[in-house]
Amino acid sequence: MASLYTRRIWINRIGITLSMAAMSLGLIALLWILWTLFSRGFAALSWDLFTQDTPAPGSEGGGLRNAIVGSGLILLFSMLIATPVGILAGIYLAEYGRISKFAAFTRFMTDIMLSAPSIVIGLFVYALFVVTTGGFSGWAGSLALALIAIPVVVRTTENMLKLVPTSLREAAFAVGAPRWQVSLKVTLRAVQSGVVTGVLLAMARITGETAPLLFTALNNQFFSTNMAEPMGNLPVVIYQFALSPYDNWVNLAWGGALLIALLVLAVNIGVRVVFRNKAKR
Amino acid sequence: MSEPSAFAGIDLHAQQVRKFRLQDKFFHYSTQLFAFVVLAALVGILVSLTLEAWPSLKAFGPAFLWTNVWSVPDDKYGALAAIYGTVVTSVLALLFAVPVSFGIAMFLTETCPVWLRRPLGTAIELLAGIPSIVYGIWGLFVFAPLFADHVQPPLQALLGNVPIIGGWFSGPPIGVGILTASIVLSMMVIPFIASVMRDVFETVPHVLKESAYGVGCTTWEVMRNIVLPYTRVGVIGGIMLGLGRALGETMAVTFVIGNANRINGSLFAPGTSIASTLANEFGEADPGLHIASLFALGLVLFIITFVVLAISRWLISRSMGSEGL
Repeated sequence: MASLYTRRIWINRIGITLSMAAMSLGLIALLWILWTLFSRGFAALSWDLFTQDTPAPGSEGGGLRNAIVGSGLILLFSMLIATPVGILAGIYLAEYGRISKFAAFTRFMTDIMLSAPSIVIGLFVYALFVVTTGGFSGWAGSLALALIAIPVVVRTTENMLKLVPTSLREAAFAVGAPRWQVSLKVTLRAVQSGVVTGVLLAMARITGETAPLLFTALNNQFFSTNMAEPMGNLPVVIYQFALSPYDNWVNLAWGGALLIALLVLAVNIGVRVVFRNKAKR
Repeated sequence: MSEPSAFAGIDLHAQQVRKFRLQDKFFHYSTQLFAFVVLAALVGILVSLTLEAWPSLKAFGPAFLWTNVWSVPDDKYGALAAIYGTVVTSVLALLFAVPVSFGIAMFLTETCPVWLRRPLGTAIELLAGIPSIVYGIWGLFVFAPLFADHVQPPLQALLGNVPIIGGWFSGPPIGVGILTASIVLSMMVIPFIASVMRDVFETVPHVLKESAYGVGCTTWEVMRNIVLPYTRVGVIGGIMLGLGRALGETMAVTFVIGNANRINGSLFAPGTSIASTLANEFGEADPGLHIASLFALGLVLFIITFVVLAISRWLISRSMGSEGL
């Protein structure tokens, strides 16, 4: 009896210890990556990073100005596409889609798109857009990233709208408001901050996406704000520079990686802090 | 009030209702249209990949899937090496990631003090937020050299001469290769699996757990005999989600897998995956069979991940749905 008891206690202790070890492993991985990123990234950080363009092979110095501006433009336009499409689709799923088969199917497919391999989306945009318009362009990059961001916006919008109490909707209907006004002026407004969060998270998600840009926006060594041409962007520059034999290129890759990671982490943490404060109130 | 004006009021009202109804119909169909965009994209991916891959599918037939050739000069292509690399790295990644994710989810739902739950949960979620290219350069510059110097030689000394599995650890310890890619991949999928596991663990009714604790079960026994059986479906769904992620991951794998388009029995040897082949070759592929074969690879990847993710989502929604979450 006693031996069975001690055995159970020991198994429990081992189990709990292992689970703590797993947790520590996760934390160590996070801290290790962040530490590397910060130490190497900050070493590469300088004003030149923001004021100079990517260097030619073999030349000294250089910065990431063209890539930063290019990334910003591509991100801006992809979010301009993804935000309205995602929010309206989310409204459909939440307001009209509770019982319809089509909506359930769309929801299921959206969930799959959330995790679909991003490189395949790059291939799709290449076949659909790059081939037909005759070349790599910033627009193609924006389109590819928008396709990745849309499912994120759709799902967060829908989940947020579902949290709106039915009584609020009914109250609006009772004073005679038509459905579209209830959707846009009552429920959507009630979950405004949640929807904005979804948009920000979607942006964070696509900021570091590299694979879909490889054959859509390609890259451009020179400063350009022309979305109809190949465009420099941070992820592809990091990819190419990190694998290059030049020290200053590798250095720039670390600087770029730090910039991207800082943005993504800031959005992720900021969103959580804001939301917790809202929940507390 | 005189009668005509009352009628006019009713008329006006009816007009207003008609107008609202029209607007509502418009709103309904336009939102539906946007919801349709997502579906259209999925179908579009399938159709366009098939169209672009057609020359290759016609030239090689189904044998494309099990032919171990990838030769640009001879214009002969087969997907076996890439499929092998994709499947082996993903399965190995799951082997590492599942126990760790389970431990993390168990810790967060059962043993962790309440005030620590949120920060630790956030930390794990941040691991999911780090862009894959950051994992890639970290893997290439930090992890791979360390792995080559301090992990591979002892592993080789320990297991290299064991029959059957010894071959897995043969070859020069160069750091990059299938095993390194699997480990980096496992770090990337841990947060996804752990967060699904945590969510489904939380659907277990407290009454069930409390009763088990009440009759004297230990935490471990509650996990093994109550929580796991209750959430089995969702847990499998979470693992499949991780698998779907791992299969399609591109950048991190491209950096550390070594990009050698061949099959080698050793896990230390460089290999390739579908996604990394695409990332490496697509940009400068020759028009014709080469590019068509790359599209065919993409099609294979899309179909595999689609099936895996569909099963995963179905299992997860079944598991969460039964609890009204």
